[in-house]
Amino acid sequence: MDHIVIIGNGISGVTLARHIRKLSDKRITIISAESDYFFSRTALMYVYMGHMKFEHTQPYENWFWKKNRIDLVNGFVEKVETDAKKLVLKDGSSISYDKLIIATGSKPNKFGWPGQDLKGVQGLYSKQDLEMLEKNAPNKKVCNRAVIVGGGLIGIEMAEMLRSREIPVTFLVREKSFWNGVLPAGESAMINEHILEHHIDLQLDTNLEKIISDENGRAKAVVTDKGETIECNVVGLTAGVTPNIDFLKDSGIELGRGVKVNRFLETNVKDVFAIGDCAEQHEGIGSRRPIEAVWYTGRMMGEALAQTICGNPREYNPGHWFNSAKFLDVEYQTYGWVFSERSKNDNEHHFHWRHASEKICITVAFDKDSHQFLGLNTFGIRMRHEIFDQWLTENKDIDHVMTYLKDANFDPEFFKLYEDEIIAKYNADFNKNISAKKKSWKRIFSIA
Amino acid sequence: MGNFDRSMSLAGEPPKALNTGQKLAVLVGMTGMGILILQLFNLNLGNSALWLTISIVAIFTGIIWFSQAAYAHKHKGIKNDGVWFKSISSRGVLAWMGGIALTGFYIVLYFYPQYLGLVKDGDNTGLIALFDPLSKGLSGNPASQWFVYGTMYTVAILAFGAKFIWKYRHNKYEQLRTVSVMFFQTAFAFFIPEIMARLNGDLPYYDLKNMWPLNYYNFERYRINGFIDSGSVGMTMLFFGIISIFVISPFLTYKYGKRWYCSWVCGCGGLAETAGDSFRQLSDKSKFAWKVERWVVHSVVVFVTLMTTAVIYSYLGNDSSKYWLTKTMFISGVAVILTAVFAWVMIYKREELAKDAKYGAIGYFTIIAVLIGMHFFSDSANIFIFKAETLRTTYSFLIGSIFSGVIGTGFYPILGNRVWCRFGCPMAAMLGFQQRMFSKFRITTNGGQCISCGNCSTYCEMGIDVRAYAQKGENIVRSSCVGCGICSAVCPRGVLKLENGPEKGRINSQDVLLGNDVDLMDLVNKK
Repeated sequence: MDHIVIIGNGISGVTLARHIRKLSDKRITIISAESDYFFSRTALMYVYMGHMKFEHTQPYENWFWKKNRIDLVNGFVEKVETDAKKLVLKDGSSISYDKLIIATGSKPNKFGWPGQDLKGVQGLYSKQDLEMLEKNAPNKKVCNRAVIVGGGLIGIEMAEMLRSREIPVTFLVREKSFWNGVLPAGESAMINEHILEHHIDLQLDTNLEKIISDENGRAKAVVTDKGETIECNVVGLTAGVTPNIDFLKDSGIELGRGVKVNRFLETNVKDVFAIGDCAEQHEGIGSRRPIEAVWYTGRMMGEALAQTICGNPREYNPGHWFNSAKFLDVEYQTYGWVFSERSKNDNEHHFHWRHASEKICITVAFDKDSHQFLGLNTFGIRMRHEIFDQWLTENKDIDHVMTYLKDANFDPEFFKLYEDEIIAKYNADFNKNISAKKKSWKRIFSIA
Repeated sequence: MGNFDRSMSLAGEPPKALNTGQKLAVLVGMTGMGILILQLFNLNLGNSALWLTISIVAIFTGIIWFSQAAYAHKHKGIKNDGVWFKSISSRGVLAWMGGIALTGFYIVLYFYPQYLGLVKDGDNTGLIALFDPLSKGLSGNPASQWFVYGTMYTVAILAFGAKFIWKYRHNKYEQLRTVSVMFFQTAFAFFIPEIMARLNGDLPYYDLKNMWPLNYYNFERYRINGFIDSGSVGMTMLFFGIISIFVISPFLTYKYGKRWYCSWVCGCGGLAETAGDSFRQLSDKSKFAWKVERWVVHSVVVFVTLMTTAVIYSYLGNDSSKYWLTKTMFISGVAVILTAVFAWVMIYKREELAKDAKYGAIGYFTIIAVLIGMHFFSDSANIFIFKAETLRTTYSFLIGSIFSGVIGTGFYPILGNRVWCRFGCPMAAMLGFQQRMFSKFRITTNGGQCISCGNCSTYCEMGIDVRAYAQKGENIVRSSCVGCGICSAVCPRGVLKLENGPEKGRINSQDVLLGNDVDLMDLVNKK
């Protein structure tokens, strides 16, 4: 019987294991040095904030693994010997495999800043990072100020966490506006405002020069490229993540920034695969990047590879792009592609609507010539995934999307609806005369 | 206090100390409570009306001021920061103290009301005497322990309701729902019955929104006599009591799910949602708890059905010339109704039932067997060896007092706020059955957007592992769901939505699109 060994118990590794078990009777082993049981790392912030206990982040009860005959090994893989089909663990023991799957995820980026390895300087990715933050920043007495470097999703989450314990936070963002490499200007501006509302000292267009040490080797201040010195006890490095693949250097497995894989998620070595954050496609699929450190893509790769391993060779073929996040109190969802001014091409046009006083807005991207609907960003309004997936598949034009926008609303009952306001703005902006169709269960369900 | 270990070693010192406003608010609120406690020890303060007013106003002010100090300076949005670091909401010392105090209060209330100052055939003393002026003002009668309880219950729902509305001020569904339970408690459970008692002394005290089987005593002899003796008003109420079981509640549950009752109308639910909101994260989500829940709650339904049937049976006669409803007719009628329901489910809803079928079958056959036994093998008052009255007092003690009161509410801070609704309430079980079998209600999950974070499961007061469904993209159609909407509110990715949609396609076993191409998903779904 095939022995499937998975390194990493994150969403991709665990999804893979579960689907292999659904499809087959193979022997499955998952190795992780991070935690005994699978947990959702996207929820770590809620543990620090006191919304949940760590055990609540574990989607399966502890008996689940034994019952489904998924062996869990707590260990750190130091070496992969692909010729002998064997793994060597840090404690000296070894595990042999028939098929090996690398699902080791990411680690926080460090760009060679002076002082980046001092005590009190950390990223936020693993369970150990959270434990370290608990030590570094248990409260505002121990941590008088934290500086967060890097303007992305993890940075804003870390700021929210620290603010929940009333720790003063300075947020250094390299860009001129928060996440404006991804978000169009209007949205990015709105999030800037929201960050400031939460009493986070947002410093845009500012880079970290160095981190200064005290006499005990602890960070005591940072110096920015604006010449400012900011005293602090904790420095959060959240400038993106890199595949966590150092242990593979001499394994003969082809590496780029991540583990190079083809569309079947195979590496250059037979019976070795890679999925999730650490996998790198030779070429990005569609408009996607070669490496996608996203929860949903990790899960999809796990599903796809399970088919291949169980004898149904399947390419990893992700559907329409979608993603979501939460910026403090504002929810964000995106379906299809909406590019920022920095990366969009000349044909991509945007329709933007923003509420007069609330932190609510949407941006719809469409093709200037064909009017084909390309994608939508929504802040503070929930939308129905299936509907947008269908509209993207059917290449609907933006007028169609506007006309039937009410079908797509996914906000809780009794929430205020803004479709009429949105469509009025659309009509005014583009000199159109669209009238919104009433929400129809029939349409929603013939689709879903 | 050692919070370090209790919160799984990852969380350190509690980040949430009380702010000055909250401290003052606690002082004011506790002064109000203090007045009640002084009364309890029979330290007569004099002018009851004045002191009662001061006490209630102080409690109100304290709670509302506390909420204002907690939420007013924050942005609207989900505010659960520090819930697991606070002693009261993470089974700490305060929670245990609160739980024991509440439980103690319930024991005294139900079994030793004399210690609250209830005096039979004489003037009340102590705490109950404090409430006499209010009671006399409303119904004309002196207060009882139940009047004291009812007043405090209403005060709790109103004051903590205000807190809840403040906390969820970004969420219209939560606000409307809370206004609704506040209204039904104040009007239907508190004022209307008192005023009805004043208008018509013979009419039984009747909270119209409280229907059988939650209101298990509705068809007892003294109540039926009271209804009949009160002429057309009484008969209307009796009739309403019956159609609410067979027509009104199934219809509303079909349209909106059982939430129309459990989260919009019910007083038990009302207290759980308002005063109990701080404890919703304490419910046990393990599979074990779920198994216990299913057996216990359905056993209570069987118990209450039998008990009520036996009680009605015991006061009916055999002579059809005296009264149209005889023992034989009644028992046959019950058997016919139960058989019809059972057959309908087995014929039309088999697939949906699959796993639950054995519970249904066991329950059905138990009731029918006992009914037959009752009729043929016993004299008029006995069911086998028990008297109907024994059965009634047993139910009343075990379920009505111990379960719904002492454990259900007293253990809020330890077991969560819906222990009674989840494990004990026969009404919730019956409505749940309807919700599962025929209803437009479901919680829809949004495609592939779930990140398995666990907020939904953690904050589900009914102990449903919402995440287990959401991460598969499956609609949630569970009989225990009371539709409180908190899972949808706490979801950071907008994955969950409470909906009354078409019945067709409500239970979807497909794993929806998790993002992969359709071809692959077809394959996965076929397996």
